[in-house]
Amino acid sequence: MTTLTIGLAQINTKLGDVQANLDKHLAYIDRAAAQGVRVLCFPELSLTGYVLQDLAPVVAHRPTADDPVFAKLLEASQRLDLMVGFVEEDKRHRFFIAAAYLSKGEVLHVHHKVYLPTYGLFDEGRFFAWGDSIRAFDTQWGRVGMLICEDFWHAGPPYLLWLDGADILLMQSASPGRGLDDGEHLGSSRWVEHVNQAYASLFTNFVAHTNRVGFEDGLNFWGGATVFDPDGEEVAHGPYFEEALTVAMLDLNHLHRARARLPLLRDERTALVLRELTRIVNKD
Amino acid sequence: MNSIADKLRINTDLARRILVAFIREEVTRTGLKRAVIGLSGGIDSALSCVLAVEALGADNVLAVRMPYKTSSPDSLADAGLVIEKFNLPDKTIEITSIVEPLFAHVPEADGKRRGNAMARARMIVLYDQSSAFNGLVIGTGNKTEILLGYSTIFGDAASALNPLGDLYKTQVRQLSAAVGVPAPIIDKAPSADLWVGQTDEGELGFTYERVDQLLYLLVDGRYNRDEAIAAGFEPAFVDRVITTIRRNQFKRMPPLIAKLSNRTVGYDFLYLRDWGS
Repeated sequence: MTTLTIGLAQINTKLGDVQANLDKHLAYIDRAAAQGVRVLCFPELSLTGYVLQDLAPVVAHRPTADDPVFAKLLEASQRLDLMVGFVEEDKRHRFFIAAAYLSKGEVLHVHHKVYLPTYGLFDEGRFFAWGDSIRAFDTQWGRVGMLICEDFWHAGPPYLLWLDGADILLMQSASPGRGLDDGEHLGSSRWVEHVNQAYASLFTNFVAHTNRVGFEDGLNFWGGATVFDPDGEEVAHGPYFEEALTVAMLDLNHLHRARARLPLLRDERTALVLRELTRIVNKD
Repeated sequence: MNSIADKLRINTDLARRILVAFIREEVTRTGLKRAVIGLSGGIDSALSCVLAVEALGADNVLAVRMPYKTSSPDSLADAGLVIEKFNLPDKTIEITSIVEPLFAHVPEADGKRRGNAMARARMIVLYDQSSAFNGLVIGTGNKTEILLGYSTIFGDAASALNPLGDLYKTQVRQLSAAVGVPAPIIDKAPSADLWVGQTDEGELGFTYERVDQLLYLLVDGRYNRDEAIAAGFEPAFVDRVITTIRRNQFKRMPPLIAKLSNRTVGYDFLYLRDWGS
């Protein structure tokens, strides 16, 4: 049995203070390492805070060993794998909401957020460039895919990662709490948990999600990290609204059992999907 | 209408948790740990006060009563219920001697002008106490009042942070009952108490229960005029509320700045207030 001990950090951040946020990352890495965590995930924009607006260019970094922030994180990744959230400035000086997966001193993958919500209370498209690719990547724990918040409000990105071989989906959010009614939880947290559970069920995958906590002006962030297993069952659930490190043990052989029972991946008709998508895209 | 009333029902435990955390985090991140609240004797300021006490501790919440000579003695006594319940540090500062010299200059001022001046005098007192007590002024305006503009700009609408601004009046009542606002305050008719016998619902011409349902459809539900009428509201009532919301937008905005340069505060100089904290 191969067991992955995964840690989900749901932290508060200081808006625009990368050094303070880096220090908190390093403290959580110490805590997680002490608990045997092998992959530690942080929320969206965990190094910067979320509503950056005109701070976006100021807090941007490049995920390379000569960057002082990433030098520290890459060093820490000798101890355990990391997913962190940051603003990436590319060589052409475009600014992306980004997630980096770091392992053994190397950057294994960087994902740029492909869906920038620019409606309602969100204004990401005003300040950031749109990511343009969705790729799974190989890790020592199997093939992984990373998505950032609005990316998984759309069905396409998780579906593509599944077809690209990802058995573990790592989701990170800075999800503002909203939708107070007489239900047990906020509408926004209910929605996110439903879809993450649905992806685990539909793809017979592991789906881990972490979300920040705290406030930025009047926006609250609700935490509530979750892990769902390939049967769509909840494996772990972090507290709401509080900083926490939630640790879950994933039996990776669960993939074998779930897909023996329910061969959705085997029976997925990608050629048919592609054919019909092509027809739909071209019909006008 | 029952189904709309149901949609206005809130999980008060969840609201309480978020709003207490909001006050605590937004006060302490400024480097302060205290708050100042003007207690009118009404439900809104009582609720803000109870939430602030939970967030910061009773010793850190200064309750300020600011009666005018015509204010109802019941208002003062009801505010006293909150002060006594939590043993809060408190001050009573009459505004009569602050506003009367102004009224002597403008004897023709009608009730509305006088009411606005009183609200602004209270703002001056609160912000002075804010400096003396080293605490932020906590707002008490609810969503109904903000949308209808039923407040005085730079008066009772002024605060450093407002925990109630996204709760309709009927939701304020639900939360107040859940957090232990004294019953006499919850049960009495809401009043700005700017003149003898004034009640909000008498002055507005409709009940909070009814207007909250309409506001919920128009604002939260994004209903248009015809959809709201089809949902059972009188056309004249719908038109009046829609017009009132629009005409009071100015009270919800900072002053307009005329753009001249390439980078202007409010247009393209964009940072949250929590910048750097």
